[in-house]
Amino acid sequence: MNTWRKMQQSYFLHSFLRDPLAVGSLFILLLLVIASFGAPLIAPHNPYDTTTIDILDSELPPIWLEKSDSRFLLGTDSQGRDMLSTMLYGMRVSIIIGLGAVFLQAVMGILIGLVAGYKGKRLDAFLMRLADVQLSFSTYMVAIFFGALFQAAFGMGMYEEFAIPLLIFIIGFAEWPQYARTVRASVMAEKKKEYVEAARVIGLRPGRIMWRHILPNTLTSVLVISTVQVANAIMSEAALSFIGLGMPVTRPSLGSLIKAGFDYIFSGSWWITLFPGLALVLLILSVNLLGDWLRDFLNPKLYKE
Amino acid sequence: MISTWINASTDHGPAPAVTAGTGSVRYPVAQELPRFWAAFVLQDFLPTTRPPFRAPCGNESIVDSHMFAFIIKRTAQAMVVMLIISLIGFAIKQSVGDPIREITGISVSAQEREALKEKLGLNDPFPVQWLRFVGKALQGDLGNSFYFKRPALQVILSKAPATLELVFSTSVLVILLSIPIGIYAAVKPTTWLARFFMGASIVGVSIPVFLTAILLIYVFSVGLGWLPSYGRGETVEIFSGWQTGYLTVDGLKHLILPSIALSSIMLPLFIRLIRAEMKEVLETEYIKYARAKGLKSSRILFVHAFKNTLLPVITVGGVQLGTLIAFTILTETVFQWKGMGAMFIESVERADTSLMVAYLVFVGFIFVLVNTLVDLIYGLVNPMVRISGRK
Repeated sequence: MNTWRKMQQSYFLHSFLRDPLAVGSLFILLLLVIASFGAPLIAPHNPYDTTTIDILDSELPPIWLEKSDSRFLLGTDSQGRDMLSTMLYGMRVSIIIGLGAVFLQAVMGILIGLVAGYKGKRLDAFLMRLADVQLSFSTYMVAIFFGALFQAAFGMGMYEEFAIPLLIFIIGFAEWPQYARTVRASVMAEKKKEYVEAARVIGLRPGRIMWRHILPNTLTSVLVISTVQVANAIMSEAALSFIGLGMPVTRPSLGSLIKAGFDYIFSGSWWITLFPGLALVLLILSVNLLGDWLRDFLNPKLYKE
Repeated sequence: MISTWINASTDHGPAPAVTAGTGSVRYPVAQELPRFWAAFVLQDFLPTTRPPFRAPCGNESIVDSHMFAFIIKRTAQAMVVMLIISLIGFAIKQSVGDPIREITGISVSAQEREALKEKLGLNDPFPVQWLRFVGKALQGDLGNSFYFKRPALQVILSKAPATLELVFSTSVLVILLSIPIGIYAAVKPTTWLARFFMGASIVGVSIPVFLTAILLIYVFSVGLGWLPSYGRGETVEIFSGWQTGYLTVDGLKHLILPSIALSSIMLPLFIRLIRAEMKEVLETEYIKYARAKGLKSSRILFVHAFKNTLLPVITVGGVQLGTLIAFTILTETVFQWKGMGAMFIESVERADTSLMVAYLVFVGFIFVLVNTLVDLIYGLVNPMVRISGRK
C-alpha cells in the first residue's frame, strides 16, 4: 500500500501521464501482449489443431468484404486457418522470442560489460575490440549468418523443431555488444567514484563490488536500451522468418505469416500479409515510442532540446 | 536502427571522456603478451601510443609520422580481422558439408574415397588446411559452388553489379533527402513539417524493410500497375560482365521500388543524426560569431555548420554499411532482384556451403575495407584521432 502511494506521487508517473503518446503506446502494447498471451482463451480457433482446419476455407476475405464467412473475422490464410487466431498465436511466438533474446543478450552483455569496464586494461581492450568487430558487421548480418549456419548444420527439420530456442540464441548472441558497450561506459564512469573506492578499502571482493555496488548504478542505461532492443529483436525475428531462417509455417510467427502471405498478394489476397504486418508494426512502434519516452525521461539533458 | 542513435547519443554523454582517458593508458611492456594477443591489440607495439615528443607546429604536412603509423596500425588491424573472418569461414566449411560426397556419387568405394581424401589434402591437420584456404583466398580462389559448378568468386562477382547498383541508388536517395530534411528539422524544429518528419521517422524505423517493400508492390504494381514488381528489367552490358539497368528506361523503372524500400530503413536514422548534430553545432560560439558578423544565413548553415556535422555522419555511414548490405538480402528477396543477397538466400536453401562461405568472406572483406577507409579518412581530417589512437 505504501509503495503504491509512493508511486502515485512520483514524478515518474506524473510525467508519464502527461504524455498522451506514451500512455497510448503503453495501452496498445498491453492490449497486444494480453491478447497474444491469452490467445488460447481468446482466439476463436486453434491454428495448431489441424483437425479443425478445412482447406476449403482457404483465402476467405475479412467479413466486411464479399464472399466472406462469418466465422472468420479477418478472413483466412492459404491453408484455411483463421487469420485472427493465427495472428494472436503468431504474436505470442514473436514476443516470446523477442523477450528471450533480449534476456540472453542482457545477461551476456552485462557480464561482459561489467568485467571489461571494471578490470580494464588488456581484457577490456580485447572484449571491446571483439564487440567493435561484431558491431561493424551489423547485428542483422551476424544473425542471418548464424541462422544460415545452423540450418545447414542441423538440417531443415531439426532446425524447425527447435526454432524458438535457436532464434533466441541467434538474436541474443548477435546483439550482445550493444549491452556490453553501454554497461561498460557506465561502469567506467562509476568506478572512479568514491563509494567504489570505499568498498575496495574495506576489503570487499571485486565480484561483490561489481555486482552489488556498481551494477545497480548502471541499470538506468540498461533499462533504456532494453526497450529498444526488444523492438529490435522482434524485428530481427520477423526478418529471419521472412527469408526462411526463422519459424516454420506450421508454427508461424508474425514474420513467417507475412512471408506466407506475400505469395498470395498478387492474386489479390492482401489480408494475409497486411494484418500480420500491421500487428508487427503496431507492436514495434509502441515499444519504440515507450523506449523514446523512457530515454527522454531518464536523460533530462536530452529532454530540454 | 534506433539503438544506433541511442548509442550515438549516450556516446555524447560522460562516456567518451572516460574512454578517451583509458585510451591514453598504455602498457609499455607489450613484449610480455602472447603473440596472437599482441597482434590483436596491436596498437601497444606502435610508436603512436606514446605522447608526441615534439611540439606540433602549424605547417606540418597532412601525412606526418603519426598519420603514417596510424595507417599502418589500422591496416594491420584490418588484416587481423580478415584472418579471423577466414578462420570462421573455414571452420564452417570444415564442419558443415562433406566435399567428398559433393564430388563423388554413391557408387564410389570407401578405399577410393580415402584415396581422394588424401589426394585433396583433407587429412591434413586443421591449421595446415586453414593456411591453404587463406593462401587460395588471397589469390581470389574461394572454392567452387556446388550448385553452379563454377568458382564461387566468379558467381558472386557476376551478381555484384545488381547489388551495387541498388546500393548506389539507395545511397543517392538517402543523401539527397536526409541532408535537407535533417537541416530543416534542426533549424525550424517547431514547424509542423519538421514535426511531421520526426514523427514519420520513428514510424519509419518501426516498419521492417520487407513490409515496406511488400506495401510498395501492392500499391504501385498490383493496385495501380505503374511500376514492375520484380526483376531488374532490361539490362545493357557496359563492359564484360557488368550488366547495368541504368541505361534503359525499363531498367530504371525496375530500380525505383527496390531503392525506395531499401532507403526507407536508412533515411530515418540519417535524418535524426544530421538533425541532432546540426542542432549541436548551431549552439556553438563560432556560429554565433558568424551570425554576428552578418554572414548570409544560408552560408552559415551550409558552409560553416554543415561541414562540421559531416564527420559523425561519415562514421555512422561506414558503420551502417553492414546494415545496408544485410537489408539488401531482404529487399532482393522480395523483389527477386538477381543480386548477391538473393544469391546468398538461394545458396542457403540449396545447402551450398561453399558459396555461403565465399559470400561471408567477400562481404566481410568489403566491410573491413570500407570501415578501414572511413577510419583513415577520419584520421586524415581529425588530427586528435591519429595522435591519441582511436577510442
